[in-house]
Amino acid sequence: MDAIAIISIFVLAVFVGFEVVSKVSSTLHTPLMSGANAIHGVILVGAIIVADHSENNLELGLSLAAIVLATINMVGGFVVTDRMLEMFKTKKTDANQKNGGAE
Amino acid sequence: MNSTLYSLVGLAAGVAFILALKGLSHPKTARRGNLIGAFGATVATLSVFLYVTPSKGEEVGHSLPLHNFWWIIGAILLGLIIGVPAARKVEMTQMPQLVALFNGVGGGAAALVAIVEYLNLGDTATTAEVIFTVFTVVVGCVSFSGSIITFMKLQELMTTRPVVFPGGRFVIAGTLVAVLGVSVWVVVALGTTPLLVLALLSLLFGVLFVLPVGGADVPIVISLLNAFTGLTVAASGYVLSSTLLIIAGTLVGASGTILTRLMAEAMGRSLFGTLFGAFTAKPQAVSDSAEERPVRSGSADDVAILLNYARRVVIVPGFGLAVAQAQHTVRELADLMISKGIDVAYGIHPVAGRMPGHMNVLLAEANVPYDQLAEMDEVNPTFGQTDVAIVIGANDVVNPAAQTTPGCPIYGMPILEVNHAANIIFLKRSMRPGFAGIENELLYDPKTMLLFGDAKASLTKVVSALKAL
Repeated sequence: MDAIAIISIFVLAVFVGFEVVSKVSSTLHTPLMSGANAIHGVILVGAIIVADHSENNLELGLSLAAIVLATINMVGGFVVTDRMLEMFKTKKTDANQKNGGAE
Repeated sequence: MNSTLYSLVGLAAGVAFILALKGLSHPKTARRGNLIGAFGATVATLSVFLYVTPSKGEEVGHSLPLHNFWWIIGAILLGLIIGVPAARKVEMTQMPQLVALFNGVGGGAAALVAIVEYLNLGDTATTAEVIFTVFTVVVGCVSFSGSIITFMKLQELMTTRPVVFPGGRFVIAGTLVAVLGVSVWVVVALGTTPLLVLALLSLLFGVLFVLPVGGADVPIVISLLNAFTGLTVAASGYVLSSTLLIIAGTLVGASGTILTRLMAEAMGRSLFGTLFGAFTAKPQAVSDSAEERPVRSGSADDVAILLNYARRVVIVPGFGLAVAQAQHTVRELADLMISKGIDVAYGIHPVAGRMPGHMNVLLAEANVPYDQLAEMDEVNPTFGQTDVAIVIGANDVVNPAAQTTPGCPIYGMPILEVNHAANIIFLKRSMRPGFAGIENELLYDPKTMLLFGDAKASLTKVVSALKAL
């Protein structure tokens, strides 16, 4: 891949990254951090590629270790984020009850 | 699968990650956003098995399946066996350190990927590839060892106070210079040994970098290391010619940087102060001011009487509440007070718990209605009309020293101004200072009443006393 294309992708991704999270309430900071954390677990893709390229036991061993770590990062990250967000389900019924009671 | 299709799948995964981050930024779409991210990551992972990326010197890759296919599958299964139960079983109170740990292993994985690809490329590596490899190894190792230290601090396996030793800043600066020097050495000399030395030095630097950070600032550091790991993923994407890794890594790096800044702002801290504050702050007279000063402690009945005649009560939950697993009891108390016509609100500090938003998660778990949770800016102006503020297992977030004592570690952090309420009740286990290790003057205030004991046991007593009234 040529350098200009890579730099273009990089710069545009930086701006997209800035834009999408520029206004987030502090309530969501932890889940957002955790979700972003899970996304970089996609290094798993890289770990699998180097495991395929490995030519000796040292390289294979290191890349398998990378696969284990990356899988933990990615899958664990998405699961724990989902558990956090599960708590944020809208409680419409509760709110209605309360309003009804007040009137 | 041909290379065009493979690249397009990578692009689709990149788009999924953008949508995931966008979704995660709004309460209504957050959960769906996370699922979109997980979907993108799954598709990306599956696509690697259907296309072989050519290694150096090859025009096209070998035929399918991948080399070492069963080893790869085994390693993934092992990762699943470790990661999924950890994520599912962790107590919500311990979730911040789990996130720190997941981030650390991601950084470690990126460093390992870069090392293997470097060994694999050998002499054929271009200078640019070596530079990106060096970057990934350095930052990945820093992220790995730094995250382990943040994990230990949050898990309280080590002290939560800033660790500063004499000449510490020179040791850190020296290590940084050594890391940079060895980096140049790797780029010039191209060898396995320099790279190994570099990895070890970077691990050391990660430890030294996080040690001086005080407990209350640890979330900011986790967020920063998270952004670091993102950048290492982007850099390894360059070495592996993977657009997907470049996009995903850069997105996390950029959004993580913004998020770190937002968090620091919410806590009223500058990033610089967080990282290097321990070196510039004067040694604080932390404990000499108040050894045997009198405090007013009360019984559960005293608290119940106070609450019974209040018109407005604000509950300030802290991490101690979560540790005592008292979320449900506190909700019971709130419901009881509401049934007595008392106006009840929860005052949530942005960093109540261990991380921004952590307390909202913990209370939501106990089914506390969302509309009773008031953020700091909403609740602060109302403390003047509040009859009783109940502080449960919180300390630093209500400590007026943050406004009155320049130079103390939490100075400048916005606090919940419970000191303006007519009465303050502290539920505490002991007189031990909070996570930041600072004495709280408010405990000695004449309008403060302390109720010692386990938060859950105390609250249960208060609930039954209040019912009896």
